[in-house]
Amino acid sequence: MKQTFSELGFPGRLIAVEGLDGSGKSTQIYLLKRWLEMQGMKVFFSEWNSSALVKSATSRGKKEDLLTPTTFSLIHATDFADRYERQLVPLLKAGYLVLCDRYIFTAFARDVVRGCPPEWVRGVYSFAALPDLTFFFKAGLEVSLARILDNRPTLKHHEAGMDLNLSSDPYESFRIFQGRIFEQYLAMSTEFRFVVMDANQRIEEQQGIVRRLVSAHVDLEAYRAAKVA
Amino acid sequence: MPPRKKSKPPQDAVVLVPKVTPKRFFGHGVPGVEAESLTGKLIVVEGADGSGRSTQIARLVQWLEATGHHTVQVGLKRSTLVADELEQAQQGNILSRSTLSLFYATDFADQLENTILPALRSGSMVIADRYIYTLMARDLVRGMDEQWLRNLYGIALVPDAVFYLEVRPEQLVQRVFAKNQSLDFWESGMDLGLSRDMFDSFLRYQGLMRETFRRLQQTYGFQIVDAERSPDDISAELTRRIEDVLRGG
Repeated sequence: MKQTFSELGFPGRLIAVEGLDGSGKSTQIYLLKRWLEMQGMKVFFSEWNSSALVKSATSRGKKEDLLTPTTFSLIHATDFADRYERQLVPLLKAGYLVLCDRYIFTAFARDVVRGCPPEWVRGVYSFAALPDLTFFFKAGLEVSLARILDNRPTLKHHEAGMDLNLSSDPYESFRIFQGRIFEQYLAMSTEFRFVVMDANQRIEEQQGIVRRLVSAHVDLEAYRAAKVA
Repeated sequence: MPPRKKSKPPQDAVVLVPKVTPKRFFGHGVPGVEAESLTGKLIVVEGADGSGRSTQIARLVQWLEATGHHTVQVGLKRSTLVADELEQAQQGNILSRSTLSLFYATDFADQLENTILPALRSGSMVIADRYIYTLMARDLVRGMDEQWLRNLYGIALVPDAVFYLEVRPEQLVQRVFAKNQSLDFWESGMDLGLSRDMFDSFLRYQGLMRETFRRLQQTYGFQIVDAERSPDDISAELTRRIEDVLRGG
Protein backbone atom coordinates (compact mmCIF):
# COMPACT_ATOMS: atom_id res chain seq x y z
CA MET A 1 0.00 0.00 0.00
CA LYS A 2 1.25 3.44 -0.84
CA GLN A 3 2.00 5.95 1.87
CA THR A 4 0.93 9.49 2.58
CA PHE A 5 3.34 12.40 2.89
CA SER A 6 3.04 12.41 6.66
CA GLU A 7 3.72 8.66 6.80
CA LEU A 8 6.80 9.28 4.68
CA GLY A 9 8.05 11.83 7.19
CA PHE A 10 7.52 14.99 5.14
CA PRO A 11 7.02 18.06 7.30
CA GLY A 12 4.40 19.45 4.89
CA ARG A 13 0.88 18.15 4.31
CA LEU A 14 -1.02 17.66 1.06
CA ILE A 15 -4.77 18.14 0.87
CA ALA A 16 -6.55 17.19 -2.34
CA VAL A 17 -10.06 17.69 -3.64
CA GLU A 18 -11.62 15.39 -6.19
CA GLY A 19 -15.00 15.18 -7.86
CA LEU A 20 -16.80 15.74 -11.12
CA ASP A 21 -16.72 19.04 -12.96
CA GLY A 22 -19.49 21.09 -11.39
CA SER A 23 -19.30 19.37 -8.00
CA GLY A 24 -18.17 22.60 -6.35
CA LYS A 25 -14.77 21.27 -5.33
CA SER A 26 -12.83 24.23 -6.74
CA THR A 27 -14.98 26.66 -4.77
CA GLN A 28 -14.34 24.71 -1.59
CA ILE A 29 -10.59 24.48 -1.99
CA TYR A 30 -10.43 28.17 -2.85
CA LEU A 31 -12.26 29.05 0.36
CA LEU A 32 -9.98 26.72 2.32
CA LYS A 33 -6.94 28.38 0.80
CA ARG A 34 -8.22 31.87 1.67
CA TRP A 35 -8.88 30.81 5.25
CA LEU A 36 -5.41 29.32 5.69
CA GLU A 37 -3.72 32.29 4.05
CA MET A 38 -5.55 34.75 6.24
CA GLN A 39 -4.25 32.92 9.28
CA GLY A 40 -0.72 33.42 7.94
CA MET A 41 -0.10 29.81 6.98
CA LYS A 42 2.41 28.68 4.40
CA VAL A 43 0.04 27.56 1.65
CA PHE A 44 0.57 26.56 -1.95
CA PHE A 45 -2.20 25.81 -4.43
CA SER A 46 -1.75 23.60 -7.48
CA GLU A 47 -4.17 22.80 -10.25
CA TRP A 48 -4.43 19.75 -12.49
CA ASN A 49 -2.99 20.16 -15.99
CA SER A 50 -1.17 23.42 -15.35
CA SER A 51 2.54 22.86 -15.89
CA ALA A 52 3.56 25.51 -18.40
CA LEU A 53 5.79 23.41 -20.60
CA VAL A 54 3.49 20.45 -20.97
CA LYS A 55 0.46 22.66 -21.40
CA SER A 56 1.27 23.71 -24.96
CA ALA A 57 1.55 20.09 -26.07
CA THR A 58 -1.61 19.10 -24.22
CA SER A 59 -3.71 21.86 -25.69
CA ARG A 60 -2.39 21.27 -29.20
CA GLY A 61 -3.06 17.56 -28.83
CA LYS A 62 -6.59 18.23 -27.71
CA LYS A 63 -7.30 20.86 -30.31
CA GLU A 64 -6.00 18.81 -33.19
CA ASP A 65 -7.49 15.63 -31.81
CA LEU A 66 -4.10 13.90 -31.82
CA LEU A 67 -4.59 12.13 -28.52
CA THR A 68 -5.34 8.47 -27.99
CA PRO A 69 -6.26 7.08 -24.54
CA THR A 70 -2.60 6.14 -24.00
CA THR A 71 -1.10 9.47 -25.03
CA PHE A 72 -3.86 11.34 -23.21
CA SER A 73 -2.91 9.45 -20.08
CA LEU A 74 0.85 9.88 -20.54
CA ILE A 75 0.75 13.57 -21.32
CA HIS A 76 -1.26 14.24 -18.17
CA ALA A 77 1.14 12.07 -16.20
CA THR A 78 4.01 14.15 -17.59
CA ASP A 79 2.29 17.33 -16.52
CA PHE A 80 1.65 15.90 -13.08
CA ALA A 81 5.24 14.65 -12.70
CA ASP A 82 6.57 18.07 -13.62
CA ARG A 83 4.48 19.77 -10.93
CA TYR A 84 5.15 16.97 -8.47
CA GLU A 85 8.92 16.98 -8.78
CA ARG A 86 9.47 20.69 -9.19
CA GLN A 87 6.82 22.15 -6.89
CA LEU A 88 4.91 19.77 -4.68
CA VAL A 89 7.79 17.72 -3.28
CA PRO A 90 10.15 20.67 -2.61
CA LEU A 91 7.32 22.64 -0.94
CA LEU A 92 6.27 19.67 1.16
CA LYS A 93 9.88 19.26 2.24
CA ALA A 94 9.88 22.93 3.18
CA GLY A 95 6.87 22.38 5.41
CA TYR A 96 4.09 23.85 3.28
CA LEU A 97 0.41 23.04 3.25
CA VAL A 98 -0.13 22.08 -0.37
CA LEU A 99 -3.67 22.21 -1.73
CA CYS A 100 -4.37 20.31 -4.94
CA ASP A 101 -7.42 20.79 -7.12
CA ARG A 102 -7.43 17.22 -8.43
CA TYR A 103 -4.69 14.70 -7.77
CA ILE A 104 -3.79 11.25 -9.15
CA PHE A 105 -7.34 9.96 -8.61
CA THR A 106 -8.54 12.13 -11.47
CA ALA A 107 -6.21 10.20 -13.76
CA PHE A 108 -7.19 6.88 -12.20
CA ALA A 109 -10.85 7.61 -12.94
CA ARG A 110 -10.59 9.22 -16.39
CA ASP A 111 -7.92 7.04 -17.95
CA VAL A 112 -9.67 3.86 -16.89
CA VAL A 113 -12.94 5.11 -18.36
CA ARG A 114 -10.99 5.77 -21.59
CA GLY A 115 -9.90 2.14 -21.63
CA CYS A 116 -6.42 2.13 -20.09
CA PRO A 117 -5.88 -0.83 -17.73
CA PRO A 118 -6.16 0.28 -14.06
CA GLU A 119 -2.91 -1.45 -13.01
CA TRP A 120 -1.00 0.31 -15.76
CA VAL A 121 -2.30 3.76 -14.83
CA ARG A 122 -1.61 3.19 -11.16
CA GLY A 123 1.87 1.94 -12.02
CA VAL A 124 2.61 5.06 -14.05
CA TYR A 125 1.67 7.26 -11.08
CA SER A 126 3.35 5.06 -8.48
CA PHE A 127 6.09 7.65 -7.91
CA ALA A 128 3.53 9.89 -6.20
CA ALA A 129 2.74 9.65 -2.49
CA LEU A 130 -0.87 9.76 -1.31
CA PRO A 131 -2.50 12.94 0.01
CA ASP A 132 -2.79 13.31 3.76
CA LEU A 133 -6.43 14.22 3.29
CA THR A 134 -8.62 13.74 0.21
CA PHE A 135 -12.08 15.26 -0.05
CA PHE A 136 -14.40 13.73 -2.62
CA PHE A 137 -17.26 16.07 -3.48
CA LYS A 138 -20.15 13.84 -4.22
CA ALA A 139 -23.01 15.68 -5.82
CA GLY A 140 -25.86 13.94 -7.54
CA LEU A 141 -24.88 13.36 -11.13
CA GLU A 142 -27.80 15.49 -12.34
CA VAL A 143 -26.72 18.38 -10.10
CA SER A 144 -23.15 18.34 -11.50
CA LEU A 145 -24.41 18.03 -15.04
CA ALA A 146 -26.82 20.90 -14.60
CA ARG A 147 -24.10 23.17 -13.16
CA ILE A 148 -21.83 22.55 -16.11
CA LEU A 149 -24.44 22.48 -18.83
CA ASP A 150 -26.11 25.65 -17.53
CA ASN A 151 -22.89 27.65 -17.46
CA ARG A 152 -20.84 26.60 -20.46
CA PRO A 153 -23.04 25.26 -23.15
CA THR A 154 -20.17 24.52 -25.57
CA LEU A 155 -18.41 21.39 -24.38
CA LYS A 156 -14.84 20.68 -25.42
CA HIS A 157 -14.21 17.46 -27.31
CA HIS A 158 -12.32 15.57 -24.58
CA GLU A 159 -14.30 17.11 -21.76
CA ALA A 160 -17.45 15.64 -23.24
CA GLY A 161 -15.67 12.31 -23.74
CA MET A 162 -16.39 12.56 -27.46
CA ASP A 163 -13.23 10.56 -28.14
CA LEU A 164 -14.99 7.55 -26.64
CA ASN A 165 -17.77 7.47 -29.23
CA LEU A 166 -20.41 7.16 -26.57
CA SER A 167 -22.86 9.29 -28.47
CA SER A 168 -22.74 11.68 -31.39
CA ASP A 169 -24.53 14.26 -29.24
CA PRO A 170 -21.96 16.07 -27.05
CA TYR A 171 -24.46 16.55 -24.22
CA GLU A 172 -25.48 12.92 -24.17
CA SER A 173 -21.82 11.88 -24.44
CA PHE A 174 -20.91 14.16 -21.52
CA ARG A 175 -23.66 12.63 -19.37
CA ILE A 176 -22.54 9.07 -20.03
CA PHE A 177 -18.86 9.95 -19.63
CA GLN A 178 -19.35 11.79 -16.33
CA GLY A 179 -21.54 8.97 -15.07
CA ARG A 180 -18.74 6.48 -15.66
CA ILE A 181 -16.15 8.70 -13.98
CA PHE A 182 -18.49 9.05 -11.03
CA GLU A 183 -18.64 5.25 -10.71
CA GLN A 184 -14.83 5.06 -10.76
CA TYR A 185 -14.62 7.63 -7.96
CA LEU A 186 -17.08 5.69 -5.85
CA ALA A 187 -15.18 2.48 -6.42
CA MET A 188 -11.93 4.11 -5.18
CA SER A 189 -13.48 5.91 -2.27
CA THR A 190 -12.83 3.30 0.44
CA GLU A 191 -9.47 2.12 -0.84
CA PHE A 192 -8.02 5.64 -0.74
CA ARG A 193 -9.93 6.77 2.35
CA PHE A 194 -11.73 9.66 0.68
CA VAL A 195 -13.66 11.99 2.95
CA VAL A 196 -16.95 11.88 1.08
CA MET A 197 -18.61 15.29 1.09
CA ASP A 198 -22.28 15.78 0.40
CA ALA A 199 -21.87 18.35 -2.35
CA ASN A 200 -25.59 19.02 -2.53
CA GLN A 201 -25.33 21.02 0.70
CA ARG A 202 -24.92 24.80 0.86
CA ILE A 203 -21.43 26.15 0.17
CA GLU A 204 -21.08 27.42 3.76
CA GLU A 205 -22.17 24.14 5.30
CA GLN A 206 -19.57 22.30 3.25
CA GLN A 207 -16.84 24.81 4.01
CA GLY A 208 -17.55 24.50 7.71
CA ILE A 209 -17.02 20.76 7.53
CA VAL A 210 -13.88 21.14 5.43
CA ARG A 211 -12.32 23.62 7.87
CA ARG A 212 -13.20 21.50 10.91
CA LEU A 213 -11.75 18.36 9.34
CA VAL A 214 -8.57 20.09 8.24
CA SER A 215 -8.08 21.49 11.76
CA ALA A 216 -8.64 18.05 13.23
CA HIS A 217 -6.21 16.28 10.89
CA VAL A 218 -3.49 18.86 10.67
CA ASP A 219 -1.70 20.67 13.48
CA LEU A 220 -2.19 24.03 11.80
CA GLU A 221 -0.04 25.98 14.26
CA ALA A 222 3.00 24.19 12.85
CA TYR A 223 2.42 25.74 9.43
CA ARG A 224 2.38 29.38 10.36
CA ALA A 225 4.91 31.31 8.30
CA ALA A 226 7.75 32.78 10.35
CA LYS A 227 7.31 36.50 10.90
CA VAL A 228 9.95 38.52 9.14
CA ALA A 229 11.65 40.66 11.77
CA MET B 1 14.79 -6.83 -83.86
CA PRO B 2 12.74 -10.01 -83.91
CA PRO B 3 10.77 -10.62 -80.76
CA ARG B 4 12.75 -12.74 -78.40
CA LYS B 5 11.42 -15.76 -76.72
CA LYS B 6 9.90 -15.09 -73.32
CA SER B 7 12.77 -15.22 -70.88
CA LYS B 8 12.81 -15.68 -67.15
CA PRO B 9 12.31 -12.42 -65.24
CA PRO B 10 15.53 -10.97 -63.80
CA GLN B 11 16.41 -12.31 -60.43
CA ASP B 12 15.66 -9.14 -58.48
CA ALA B 13 12.13 -9.11 -59.83
CA VAL B 14 11.37 -11.92 -57.43
CA VAL B 15 10.03 -10.35 -54.28
CA LEU B 16 9.95 -12.32 -51.08
CA VAL B 17 6.64 -12.05 -49.28
CA PRO B 18 7.49 -11.91 -45.59
CA LYS B 19 6.00 -14.66 -43.49
CA VAL B 20 3.53 -13.38 -40.93
CA THR B 21 4.59 -14.34 -37.43
CA PRO B 22 2.63 -13.78 -34.21
CA LYS B 23 3.18 -10.43 -32.54
CA ARG B 24 2.78 -9.49 -28.92
CA PHE B 25 3.08 -6.54 -26.61
CA PHE B 26 5.41 -6.38 -23.63
CA GLY B 27 2.44 -5.79 -21.35
CA HIS B 28 -1.21 -5.07 -21.97
CA GLY B 29 -0.37 -3.08 -25.11
CA VAL B 30 -2.61 -0.36 -26.45
CA PRO B 31 -6.38 -0.29 -25.87
CA GLY B 32 -8.19 -1.50 -28.98
CA VAL B 33 -5.23 -2.93 -30.92
CA GLU B 34 -5.11 -6.61 -31.84
CA ALA B 35 -1.52 -7.77 -32.27
CA GLU B 36 -2.65 -10.39 -34.83
CA SER B 37 -3.64 -7.73 -37.33
CA LEU B 38 -0.04 -6.55 -37.68
CA THR B 39 1.48 -8.15 -40.77
CA GLY B 40 4.59 -5.97 -41.21
CA LYS B 41 7.87 -6.32 -39.36
CA LEU B 42 9.34 -4.07 -36.71
CA ILE B 43 13.13 -3.81 -36.84
CA VAL B 44 14.96 -1.80 -34.20
CA VAL B 45 18.49 -0.44 -34.38
CA GLU B 46 19.95 0.65 -31.05
CA GLY B 47 23.34 2.13 -30.26
CA ALA B 48 25.02 5.32 -29.05
CA ASP B 49 25.55 8.35 -31.28
CA GLY B 50 28.62 7.52 -33.34
CA SER B 51 27.92 3.79 -33.40
CA GLY B 52 27.00 3.99 -37.09
CA ARG B 53 23.24 3.80 -36.53
CA SER B 54 22.25 6.31 -39.20
CA THR B 55 24.56 4.82 -41.81
CA GLN B 56 23.25 1.34 -41.19
CA ILE B 57 19.64 2.46 -41.20
CA ALA B 58 20.11 4.29 -44.52
CA ARG B 59 21.61 1.14 -45.99
CA LEU B 60 18.82 -1.04 -44.62
CA VAL B 61 16.14 1.18 -46.11
CA GLN B 62 17.96 1.13 -49.45
CA TRP B 63 18.21 -2.64 -49.38
CA LEU B 64 14.63 -3.24 -48.22
CA GLU B 65 13.18 -0.99 -50.90
CA ALA B 66 15.42 -2.58 -53.52
CA THR B 67 14.04 -5.96 -52.53
CA GLY B 68 10.46 -4.71 -52.75
CA HIS B 69 9.53 -3.88 -49.17
CA HIS B 70 7.78 -0.67 -48.23
CA THR B 71 9.66 0.93 -45.36
CA VAL B 72 8.64 3.44 -42.70
CA GLN B 73 11.12 5.09 -40.34
CA VAL B 74 10.57 6.22 -36.76
CA GLY B 75 12.89 7.42 -34.02
CA LEU B 76 13.07 9.19 -30.70
CA LYS B 77 11.71 12.71 -30.39
CA ARG B 78 9.88 12.60 -33.70
CA SER B 79 6.24 12.67 -32.61
CA THR B 80 3.90 15.41 -33.80
CA LEU B 81 2.49 15.60 -30.31
CA VAL B 82 5.41 16.54 -28.08
CA ALA B 83 8.67 16.60 -30.08
CA ASP B 84 9.02 20.41 -29.96
CA GLU B 85 8.28 20.71 -26.27
CA LEU B 86 10.63 17.84 -25.51
CA GLU B 87 13.42 19.50 -27.44
CA GLN B 88 12.78 22.77 -25.62
CA ALA B 89 12.82 21.05 -22.25
CA GLN B 90 16.08 19.33 -23.02
CA GLN B 91 17.77 22.50 -24.14
CA GLY B 92 17.00 24.12 -20.84
CA ASN B 93 17.67 20.98 -18.79
CA ILE B 94 14.71 21.99 -16.66
CA LEU B 95 12.79 18.78 -16.19
CA SER B 96 13.17 16.34 -13.36
CA ARG B 97 13.75 12.69 -13.97
CA SER B 98 10.27 11.16 -13.93
CA THR B 99 8.95 14.08 -15.94
CA LEU B 100 11.52 13.72 -18.70
CA SER B 101 10.96 10.00 -18.70
CA LEU B 102 7.19 10.40 -19.08
CA PHE B 103 7.69 13.01 -21.76
CA TYR B 104 9.75 10.53 -23.78
CA ALA B 105 7.15 7.85 -23.14
CA THR B 106 4.47 10.18 -24.52
CA ASP B 107 6.58 10.83 -27.60
CA PHE B 108 7.06 7.09 -28.01
CA ALA B 109 3.37 6.25 -27.51
CA ASP B 110 2.33 8.87 -30.05
CA GLN B 111 4.58 7.37 -32.71
CA LEU B 112 3.60 3.85 -31.71
CA GLU B 113 -0.10 4.49 -32.20
CA ASN B 114 0.00 6.93 -35.07
CA THR B 115 2.90 5.59 -37.13
CA ILE B 116 4.27 2.21 -36.09
CA LEU B 117 1.04 0.25 -35.60
CA PRO B 118 -0.74 1.60 -38.71
CA ALA B 119 2.36 0.89 -40.82
CA LEU B 120 2.61 -2.65 -39.51
CA ARG B 121 -1.10 -3.16 -40.08
CA SER B 122 -0.63 -2.23 -43.72
CA GLY B 123 2.26 -4.66 -44.03
CA SER B 124 5.20 -2.24 -44.07
CA MET B 125 8.66 -2.73 -42.64
CA VAL B 126 9.16 -0.30 -39.78
CA ILE B 127 12.75 0.67 -38.99
CA ALA B 128 13.08 2.28 -35.57
CA ASP B 129 16.13 4.42 -34.93
CA ARG B 130 16.21 3.45 -31.24
CA TYR B 131 13.28 2.13 -29.22
CA ILE B 132 12.30 1.61 -25.60
CA TYR B 133 15.67 -0.01 -24.79
CA THR B 134 17.56 3.28 -25.09
CA LEU B 135 14.84 5.03 -23.10
CA MET B 136 14.99 2.39 -20.39
CA ALA B 137 18.80 2.26 -20.32
CA ARG B 138 19.07 6.05 -19.93
CA ASP B 139 16.63 5.98 -17.03
CA LEU B 140 18.20 2.95 -15.38
CA VAL B 141 21.61 4.59 -15.48
CA ARG B 142 19.96 7.53 -13.71
CA GLY B 143 18.65 5.29 -10.96
CA MET B 144 15.02 4.92 -11.92
CA ASP B 145 13.01 1.93 -10.83
CA GLU B 146 13.07 -0.94 -13.33
CA GLN B 147 9.58 -2.17 -12.37
CA TRP B 148 8.18 1.27 -13.01
CA LEU B 149 9.78 1.39 -16.45
CA ARG B 150 8.58 -2.09 -17.35
CA ASN B 151 5.03 -1.17 -16.49
CA LEU B 152 5.29 2.12 -18.38
CA TYR B 153 6.55 0.40 -21.53
CA GLY B 154 4.06 -2.43 -21.28
CA ILE B 155 2.36 -0.50 -24.09
CA ALA B 156 5.22 -1.29 -26.49
CA LEU B 157 5.15 -3.92 -29.20
CA VAL B 158 7.85 -6.59 -29.06
CA PRO B 159 10.01 -6.01 -32.18
CA ASP B 160 10.75 -8.73 -34.71
CA ALA B 161 14.45 -7.95 -34.50
CA VAL B 162 16.59 -5.68 -32.32
CA PHE B 163 20.21 -4.90 -33.13
CA TYR B 164 22.40 -3.15 -30.61
CA LEU B 165 25.40 -1.64 -32.36
CA GLU B 166 28.08 -1.93 -29.75
CA VAL B 167 31.19 0.23 -29.73
CA ARG B 168 33.56 0.61 -26.78
CA PRO B 169 33.42 4.10 -25.24
CA GLU B 170 37.10 4.76 -26.06
CA GLN B 171 36.37 4.05 -29.71
CA LEU B 172 33.07 5.95 -29.62
CA VAL B 173 34.67 9.14 -28.37
CA GLN B 174 37.11 9.07 -31.29
CA ARG B 175 34.28 8.67 -33.77
CA VAL B 176 32.29 11.50 -32.23
CA PHE B 177 35.31 13.82 -32.39
CA ALA B 178 36.04 12.83 -35.96
CA LYS B 179 32.51 13.90 -36.87
CA ASN B 180 31.58 16.81 -34.58
CA GLN B 181 34.68 18.04 -32.77
CA SER B 182 32.57 18.37 -29.65
CA LEU B 183 30.72 16.20 -27.15
CA ASP B 184 26.99 16.46 -26.55
CA PHE B 185 25.79 17.35 -23.03
CA TRP B 186 23.31 14.47 -22.77
CA GLU B 187 25.37 11.86 -24.60
CA SER B 188 28.11 12.67 -22.09
CA GLY B 189 25.70 12.17 -19.20
CA MET B 190 26.67 15.58 -17.79
CA ASP B 191 23.38 15.76 -15.86
CA LEU B 192 24.56 12.83 -13.75
CA GLY B 193 27.52 14.64 -12.23
CA LEU B 194 29.88 11.73 -12.85
CA SER B 195 32.72 14.13 -13.52
CA ARG B 196 33.05 17.81 -14.27
CA ASP B 197 35.39 16.89 -17.06
CA MET B 198 33.27 16.26 -20.13
CA PHE B 199 35.66 13.79 -21.74
CA ASP B 200 35.87 11.76 -18.56
CA SER B 201 32.11 11.95 -18.04
CA PHE B 202 31.46 10.78 -21.60
CA LEU B 203 33.61 7.68 -21.13
CA ARG B 204 32.03 6.81 -17.81
CA TYR B 205 28.48 7.46 -18.97
CA GLN B 206 28.86 5.49 -22.19
CA GLY B 207 30.45 2.70 -20.17
CA LEU B 208 27.40 2.62 -17.90
CA MET B 209 25.06 2.66 -20.89
CA ARG B 210 26.92 -0.26 -22.44
CA GLU B 211 26.74 -2.26 -19.21
CA THR B 212 23.04 -1.52 -18.96
CA PHE B 213 22.41 -2.60 -22.56
CA ARG B 214 24.25 -5.83 -21.84
CA ARG B 215 22.07 -6.35 -18.79
CA LEU B 216 18.87 -5.58 -20.73
CA GLN B 217 20.05 -8.01 -23.39
CA GLN B 218 19.80 -10.82 -20.82
CA THR B 219 16.13 -9.98 -20.32
CA TYR B 220 15.07 -9.01 -23.83
CA GLY B 221 17.38 -11.19 -25.87
CA PHE B 222 18.34 -8.76 -28.64
CA GLN B 223 21.32 -9.10 -30.98
CA ILE B 224 24.55 -7.44 -29.91
CA VAL B 225 26.38 -6.42 -33.08
CA ASP B 226 30.09 -5.68 -32.98
CA ALA B 227 30.00 -2.24 -34.57
CA GLU B 228 33.74 -1.68 -34.54
CA ARG B 229 33.94 -3.55 -37.84
CA SER B 230 33.64 -1.99 -41.28
CA PRO B 231 30.22 -0.64 -42.33
CA ASP B 232 30.09 -3.33 -45.04
CA ASP B 233 30.63 -6.14 -42.57
CA ILE B 234 27.96 -4.72 -40.29
CA SER B 235 25.40 -4.34 -43.10
CA ALA B 236 26.14 -7.85 -44.27
CA GLU B 237 25.32 -9.17 -40.81
CA LEU B 238 22.17 -7.07 -40.50
CA THR B 239 20.77 -8.01 -43.91
CA ARG B 240 21.48 -11.68 -43.28
CA ARG B 241 19.62 -11.58 -39.99
CA ILE B 242 16.74 -9.57 -41.42
CA GLU B 243 16.39 -12.05 -44.28
CA ASP B 244 15.81 -14.70 -41.62
CA VAL B 245 13.19 -12.50 -40.01
CA LEU B 246 11.40 -12.04 -43.35
CA ARG B 247 11.33 -15.79 -43.82
CA GLY B 248 9.66 -16.03 -40.45
CA GLY B 249 12.74 -17.28 -38.59
